[in-house]
Amino acid sequence: MNKLALIWAFGACFAGSACAAGDDTITIGMTVSQTGSLNVDSVAQLKGAEYWRDEVNAAGGIKAGDRRYKVRFVEYDDQSQGGRVQQLYTRLIVQDKAQFLFGPYSSGLTATAAVISEQYGRIMLIGGGAEGKTYQLGNKYLFQCITTADYYLSGAIQALKEKEARAKIAFVYSDDPFSKAVVAAARTQAVAAGFTIALDESYAPSTTDFSPIINKIISSGADTFLGGGHYPDGATLARQLYDQKAPLKYVAILVAPDSPKFATLGEAALGVTVPSQWEPQVRYKPDFGPTPEEFAKAYNAKTKLEADYHTASGYVTGLLLQHAIEQAGSIAPDKVAAALDRMDVTTFFGRDKFSTDPKSHGMQVAHQMVLAQWQKKNGSLEKEMVWPDAARTASLIFAKH
Amino acid sequence: MIGLLASILDGVLVGAVYGLAAMGITLIWGVMDVVNLTHGAMIVAGMFGLSLLVNAAGVPAYAALLPVMIAGFFAGIALYWIAVHRMIGQPPLMSLLSTFSANLVLIGLGTAVWGTVLFNVPLSLPGFSIGRYTFPGTHLMAAALTAVIAGALYLFLYRTRTGKAVRAVSGNREAAELVGIPTTRILALAFGLGVALACVSGALIATMFPFTVLSGDAYQLKSFVVTVLGGLGNPTGALVAGIALGLVEGLATPFMPVSWTLVIEFVLFVVVLIALPGGLMSLRIRRRRN
Repeated sequence: MNKLALIWAFGACFAGSACAAGDDTITIGMTVSQTGSLNVDSVAQLKGAEYWRDEVNAAGGIKAGDRRYKVRFVEYDDQSQGGRVQQLYTRLIVQDKAQFLFGPYSSGLTATAAVISEQYGRIMLIGGGAEGKTYQLGNKYLFQCITTADYYLSGAIQALKEKEARAKIAFVYSDDPFSKAVVAAARTQAVAAGFTIALDESYAPSTTDFSPIINKIISSGADTFLGGGHYPDGATLARQLYDQKAPLKYVAILVAPDSPKFATLGEAALGVTVPSQWEPQVRYKPDFGPTPEEFAKAYNAKTKLEADYHTASGYVTGLLLQHAIEQAGSIAPDKVAAALDRMDVTTFFGRDKFSTDPKSHGMQVAHQMVLAQWQKKNGSLEKEMVWPDAARTASLIFAKH
Repeated sequence: MIGLLASILDGVLVGAVYGLAAMGITLIWGVMDVVNLTHGAMIVAGMFGLSLLVNAAGVPAYAALLPVMIAGFFAGIALYWIAVHRMIGQPPLMSLLSTFSANLVLIGLGTAVWGTVLFNVPLSLPGFSIGRYTFPGTHLMAAALTAVIAGALYLFLYRTRTGKAVRAVSGNREAAELVGIPTTRILALAFGLGVALACVSGALIATMFPFTVLSGDAYQLKSFVVTVLGGLGNPTGALVAGIALGLVEGLATPFMPVSWTLVIEFVLFVVVLIALPGGLMSLRIRRRRN
């Protein structure tokens, strides 16, 4: 009889993996690009989220009313492919009984995952899907914690305006949803600022040799470069712009230069700016949670890694969910969603507020980007904040390099 | 006008390296009728080999090419015995699946060890400028070394006894066996040579561009296009086709969006497959016959 009971209990555990998660545990599901082209940024985002989870659990869990919940993650490798995402998010919800979801990394994967989270009515917080279109489909459970793609290059354009009123811009960008959305908005902003668009070209995300494009940039007479896409192409572009001595005074590349690894490009990294969701030097005064400095130091002390904006966005998705659950006093999805709707807070990551307009529900409407630039400090390459004034740690270098 | 010339010259320089990469695929196909789908992984292996020797061991980049090539040769021989030997003489799909599986294992191992983080070999050689356009020294050196390696391969295949044996096995394996050529050893050697060419081309690419574990796919695809253009099994054709492809890219890009170059390449690929199944070099052979 005892054996039968044991077998039954064992079988029940396998039937629902929620067995591992007791009543006092919240299961959060997500996919991570452990492999594939999005691996660098996606894993950084996961590490930030894991750091939040460990902190919360060490402090006794999330307080909701008179109960405390420990946090458990269930994650799968989406291989950086949209085709895997829907299958895995369905599994997270149906099989792993995830009560909340964190989004995958990148706009393309987020758009795919959102179909599933909405279908099953699960709250999904997004730390790495900036394209605005996904949030304009009447979603109810999707919440974007980072600045939308439309504003990615706004700071770069405003900083440029302060230095050169008649800049000639070359927009060169990856042919993917995120980069196209960023440049579509930046194009309008550049024209409104009175700049000339000397070149406007997209390239296949798999491009490895940018020599033909760089020759076109040189031929166009552009003095400013805005564009890029994700990590491999952005870093290659930076190196080839340097190798081919493109006569540019201002280079702003998406995503890639934010990674500490970008410094391995050496002189090619010098002067390159990157619009960033967050940098350790920002001076936000948080309503709750760590200050930017505390976060960066504590993360570095625990992981021996430098926190970048993907790490910070991973952490903040957890922090905002935690705050919403605490405010709601419950883990009931509707109550937590209502708390997220009411939320207007400043954390170490900056201000966050979600749109409550039914047409763009969940879209981020308050968070602001900053602009960082790789500069030489005491002989070594360092990222300095050059825009906005409130966050500035160094003046923008605007010169041919 | 200078812009167009710069674009063409750049295309030709990089095209030569693509040609070298394709020579590895075409040599293996020519000798044993195997489409080597580990080619991309081996290009990446060459990139990482160079990076390790330069960044970790401090070996000068161009001095590291020979060790990379030798290591690639032995890795190729090992790969032949592991994944290819039993597939010789089987339907082509068998070797295709076998090398595809080996490729997945290699890329999986690479991702587990290095992730998909970008690697860079910090190398700067003085190039030359025409007007506002600069040709990096690394591109010029890569094209020059490609010519040297291709020349060495030609001398090996046409002037040495072993090279002649490789060509004999490629022409008629049974006849080669009848005259006492150890065909299995020659097949392993040819596979090793093909992989060595992939590795050294990867190392040359790494001197020009940053790379990740996943960079091989793009170069493998390019190698297939170049191989078909040059004629399957024709190493000289591969080099010529690589340069021709670079020339076409260089000519086209000033007049149309760069993203269209892929379309042009694949249109050319299909046209050559239909009109000249023997590749561009078959034109020369036809003319000779006429």
